[in-house]
Amino acid sequence: MSQSPEELMAALQRRFTASSDHVRVAFGQVTLEAPRERWAEMARILRDEGPFAFEQLIDVCGVDYSTYGQSDWETNQASVTGFSRGVGAGGTMPTWRGERFAVVYHLLSYRHNQRLRVRVFLEGDPPRVDSVVSIWNSADWFEREAFDLFGILFEGHPDLRRILTDYGFIGHPFRKDFPLEGNVEVRYDPDKKRVVYQPVSIENRVLVPRVIRADERYEDARKLSGR
Amino acid sequence: MPEIRNMTLNFGPQHPAAHGVLRLVLEMDGEVIERADPHIGLLHRGTEKLAESKPYNQSIGYMDRLDYVSMMCNEHAYVMAIEKLLGIAPPRRAQYIRVMFDEITRLLNHLLWLGCHGLDIGAMTVFIYCFREREDLMDCYEAVSGTRMHATYYRPGGVYRDLPAQMPQYQPSRFRSEAEIRRLNEDRQGSVLDFIESFTSRFPACIDEYEILLTDNRIWKQRTVGIGVVSPERALQLGFTGAMLRGSGIEWDLRKKQPYEVYDELDFDIPVGINGDCYDRYLVRMEEMRQSNRIIRQCVDWLRANPGPVILDDHKLAPPPREAMKGDMESLIHHFKLFTEGYCVPEGEVYVAVEHPKGEFGIYLISDGANKPYRVKIRPPGFTHLASMNEMARGHMLADVVAIIGSQDIVFGEIDR
Repeated sequence: MSQSPEELMAALQRRFTASSDHVRVAFGQVTLEAPRERWAEMARILRDEGPFAFEQLIDVCGVDYSTYGQSDWETNQASVTGFSRGVGAGGTMPTWRGERFAVVYHLLSYRHNQRLRVRVFLEGDPPRVDSVVSIWNSADWFEREAFDLFGILFEGHPDLRRILTDYGFIGHPFRKDFPLEGNVEVRYDPDKKRVVYQPVSIENRVLVPRVIRADERYEDARKLSGR
Repeated sequence: MPEIRNMTLNFGPQHPAAHGVLRLVLEMDGEVIERADPHIGLLHRGTEKLAESKPYNQSIGYMDRLDYVSMMCNEHAYVMAIEKLLGIAPPRRAQYIRVMFDEITRLLNHLLWLGCHGLDIGAMTVFIYCFREREDLMDCYEAVSGTRMHATYYRPGGVYRDLPAQMPQYQPSRFRSEAEIRRLNEDRQGSVLDFIESFTSRFPACIDEYEILLTDNRIWKQRTVGIGVVSPERALQLGFTGAMLRGSGIEWDLRKKQPYEVYDELDFDIPVGINGDCYDRYLVRMEEMRQSNRIIRQCVDWLRANPGPVILDDHKLAPPPREAMKGDMESLIHHFKLFTEGYCVPEGEVYVAVEHPKGEFGIYLISDGANKPYRVKIRPPGFTHLASMNEMARGHMLADVVAIIGSQDIVFGEIDR
């Protein structure tokens, strides 16, 4: 790497006069939070200006933060009686207060051999953001995918169609309120002599509840690997 | 004056040269492609959403099924992402085993690519040749993991188990004579490492065989030279990675530029193309096979000299040994908790990429501190390559589309996810 993550962070802060909570370094990776209105302009700067030179857009990822931090089981308090030690029915309340949707871009600079993650939080329903297809052509299908799976509208995209789901699919399946088992299933109807859609006949069984434990269980492992 | 108009042609989804379930809608002017519109998603299984509903370890098997011809490389990215969030590193021996199997996987992938690419554009024999060598590599997969394809061999903190001391052998059956069994078992007398070593010593001659069939073959060159040319600038814009990018002349390989595991200790070269056409991409991949063979050989030598643990001795992450479970209460509890609830990963987000045989395969993992990932995004290399189909195929003949699909090395398990 030609410059360390901290140096890239400082360069980003200087260029975009962003406060320190908009640029972060974690696990050796730099994350920039870009405001939605300025994102298209910032993207062009990130691609063209010398200290950044992010020639390639590696990935575009939609994220639905609506259930972030929720768990199925309360695990903080351990009871002293009964069989259900340490768990109680009912999950924790949602803790996410920010915007529901975000688009996360992963950029790669070949000249400087460095990566950058840019997160843009989106408001409104449907959430909207400027398309970057004209800046990085590889965004084309990734943006179609985020539109298909999360319903995020990319303004200025030349051909915003569904890409992964079925022709005529309804809904955006990777949103957290879309059921895992889906809404419809297909079968062949011998009377009508064609494939028909019907409401799903299966139900989702959660075999392992979602649990959040804030404990220090990995300290041993960290010591073993010497980090 | 007859009415002349463009024809729209449906290519696939059930076409043998579509490499799975690609539906290409081609707008043709005579036999020349005006516009190509790939319709994908016929193999979409929602892997990312499924992974969000399961404890971390239970999704390793899903990763095998993404790019189902380079199984362990997919696992590698996912497992490394978890390790990075947990802040752990596997033992050295596990890292060497992973690198060795990554390269075995690269050979598996390139052999399948070469065989099918050849078959698509009219070279029948090379397909049979490639599958002969693939069989041996599949046997290595089976020896270490028990399955020939979907191995689930890499685990956070190491690999599932050490390399077996005995290579499995062929048993007599009514389909194979005694003499044939003896011949097949000849280099299977020792350990798995012995077998891999004997493979690496005979494999370069096999690559020579493929090259004799293809490299200077007049028909092969007519079908690939100057087809699907991509300039280096366009390759970057279109998000190309891996052999597609190197075929266009950009020297970039994550194993060299952003080394992970033990790649920085190994000696190998990165082949780069010049013209960015299908033929250069073919040459790049052929040379990659020779380099992979070199890496495997170095790993074999290291692994022979350095026995040791292959997974962390932390039973919060890795199951305790079977014998310990029978007598030790704590081991039993560890085992139970690990396989029911799993482990919680600290809050955070990481993007981890590996040099997959097809390009950069990345996993973007967001954890909110739970025992299941909050969001898993798979960055498939083939997705961007296929997205460039319109640009690469425009102006070419219908038959060249097949050569372009072949040289993009498309596998739908990873594109549709």
